[in-house]
Amino acid sequence: MSETMRIIFLQDANTRTVLAGATLLGVAAAVVGAFAVLRKRSLVGDAAAHAALPGVCIAYLLLGDRHFIGLLAGALVCGMFAAMFIAAVRAFTRVKEDAAIAIAIGGFFGVGIVLSRIVQNTPGGNRAGLDGFIFGKAASMVSDDARLIAIAAAVVVGVPALLYKEFKLLCFDRAFADGLGWPTFLLDLLLMTLICVCTVAGLPAVGAVLMVAMLVIPGIAARFWTDRLSSVLLLAALFGGLSGLAGTVLSDTLPVPEGAASRGWPTGPVIVLVASSIFLFSMLAAPRRGLLADLWRRRSLRRRIALHHVLRDAYEATERMGDMDASWRAETLGRDVARRTLRRAMREGLIAETAGGFVLTREGRHEAARIVRAHRLWELFLIEQADIASDHVDRDADEIEHVLPAGVIAQLEARLASQGRLPASLVVMPAVPASPHPIGPGEGRAAEPARGPTP
Amino acid sequence: MATHAPHRDETPSVEVHDLTVAYHRKPVLWDVDVSLPSGKLVAVIGPNGAGKSTLLKAALGLVPLASGHVRIFGEPLKKARRLVGYVPQRETVDWDFPVDALDVVLMGRYGRLGWLRRPGPADREAALACLRKVGMQDFAHRQISQLSGGQQQRIFLARALAQEAMLYFMDEPFAGVDAATEKAIVEVMRELRAQGRTVVAVHHDLQTVQEYFDHVVLLNMRLVAAGSVESVFTRENLQRTYGGRLTILDEAADAVRRAGSP
Repeated sequence: MSETMRIIFLQDANTRTVLAGATLLGVAAAVVGAFAVLRKRSLVGDAAAHAALPGVCIAYLLLGDRHFIGLLAGALVCGMFAAMFIAAVRAFTRVKEDAAIAIAIGGFFGVGIVLSRIVQNTPGGNRAGLDGFIFGKAASMVSDDARLIAIAAAVVVGVPALLYKEFKLLCFDRAFADGLGWPTFLLDLLLMTLICVCTVAGLPAVGAVLMVAMLVIPGIAARFWTDRLSSVLLLAALFGGLSGLAGTVLSDTLPVPEGAASRGWPTGPVIVLVASSIFLFSMLAAPRRGLLADLWRRRSLRRRIALHHVLRDAYEATERMGDMDASWRAETLGRDVARRTLRRAMREGLIAETAGGFVLTREGRHEAARIVRAHRLWELFLIEQADIASDHVDRDADEIEHVLPAGVIAQLEARLASQGRLPASLVVMPAVPASPHPIGPGEGRAAEPARGPTP
Repeated sequence: MATHAPHRDETPSVEVHDLTVAYHRKPVLWDVDVSLPSGKLVAVIGPNGAGKSTLLKAALGLVPLASGHVRIFGEPLKKARRLVGYVPQRETVDWDFPVDALDVVLMGRYGRLGWLRRPGPADREAALACLRKVGMQDFAHRQISQLSGGQQQRIFLARALAQEAMLYFMDEPFAGVDAATEKAIVEVMRELRAQGRTVVAVHHDLQTVQEYFDHVVLLNMRLVAAGSVESVFTRENLQRTYGGRLTILDEAADAVRRAGSP
């Protein structure tokens, strides 16, 4: 069986351990990290992770080597200390939170690097594996590590599952939770503790530098897809677990470039790469909040506005001629956009081509009347109710009219009708009030009437 | 909603005694003594920085008190929590949070649920009824960022209604809302009063004080006056509240801050 197949089918115990550990870590970090993001504490995990390094070193200097749990306990204590440091600076000084976090990340990490040199200079210190805590060594994960991650994951996922409504309110509106008499300080502390526990458990695998990515990325990616907190958490867990799983498999199976000292791909960074890819994909492709959907919406709006302009030009051209069935010529629309839009309007059956130029179809006339009506109602409103000069209203109306909901149009209509500003006689078409400002070729966008019999 | 207890009408809803509150050691409220009646609509009025919100937060136990105490229906706040509802300022939360309108209103039920318990169908029913009261039943499953400012304010009001409190603190409920929302809020407030409940609201629009409220508290770092609208909402008192900058208090507060902890 090939190496790849052995890994995918979990043939050896070591691979199974690493896969299980990385997946569980991904799930746990994603869940608690999602709460951290919602509590606007994304970077606290980063500070805790960086502060873990001096914690590990101090524990090593105190306890000696090969006391793994002791090292992690040192990391946890020091990480919590960093989180408290940030909270205290925020509460008692005028230093802003982002600055406090930056100080904590850099300061603690710097101390950690200095201490790690001291450790490495002690007898046997170079075997302490401190580098593993900085960049992570997932591949060397043993079953004890995986067991530790499993326990941490159970706590880190279990507590928010139990305290779901408490964490939800804490993250959304702490003042209201305070008003209910909840111990929000303790809840906040609990959330910070969970973040630190998760960070420390993931430290040997992913390392101090990349841990924040495991915490933050899945939750943010999940937020693109859904507006429900429960779904955000489930999706984040899925993304986190998937990153851990796929990252581990990829780092083991991707071909390593040939070289004298070629080493395998590092697992932690590959996990983070997978998570980042999921984030990028979510940011681009999510149906409602994604960038592509947003671009598409804007494009549709632009096209709708262009179509509206052509229809309005056509309507006003025929209006000037006093004959709604008269044909008009397209040349004066001038711009490429207008031509493209004209072709689209013809495809949609709103405008038809005749010998003398173009005419609005019955359907097109109806649509054009609706648009012109909205435009003029809005103009009238701007002039009469909002005191905007009549030579400004055309532009202002242009931007708003295309997005006016039907309800607002109806309100405008009622308002103007009550003041006798709307023509009382309604024909087949919706009533269109007279334009409040002179319209003509001078407007640039307006179509010239076709040469022909004038009434 | 639970029926009100008529005997509460005699006890004052809020008693504030010798209250001083400071932020970063700078006092924002000085020695405030005030007692508010039950079953009335009370407006807290004063210029910017007068400590109006702070008075509410102090009564709710959200800010540490430098001195003094607050009693709610004659009891310390700890015992009276369940009787108190809160409508914070709208800008205090992130409206892009992944919850819908009904979720937010359900949060008003959290106080009576106790730890670990999730809201059930009965809570859901109650929350929907509260949404109906503020005219937002059609928006129950709308993500909150898709609501207008006025609609968001009504959601906050509905959440407070779901608390079924006897005393409501509302921090600028009319700030930046449309006319329809203002009307809806006033109607809800009147209904609360008809049920014997008390509303204490920070209010900015002096034009509507007489129309909306029964009782006023005029505040400018210290209490200027408090009492029924007819007796206290006078030109002279307003002048004392808004006019004549209290430079002495300002300077004293700055001096206290500079000098370090008192």
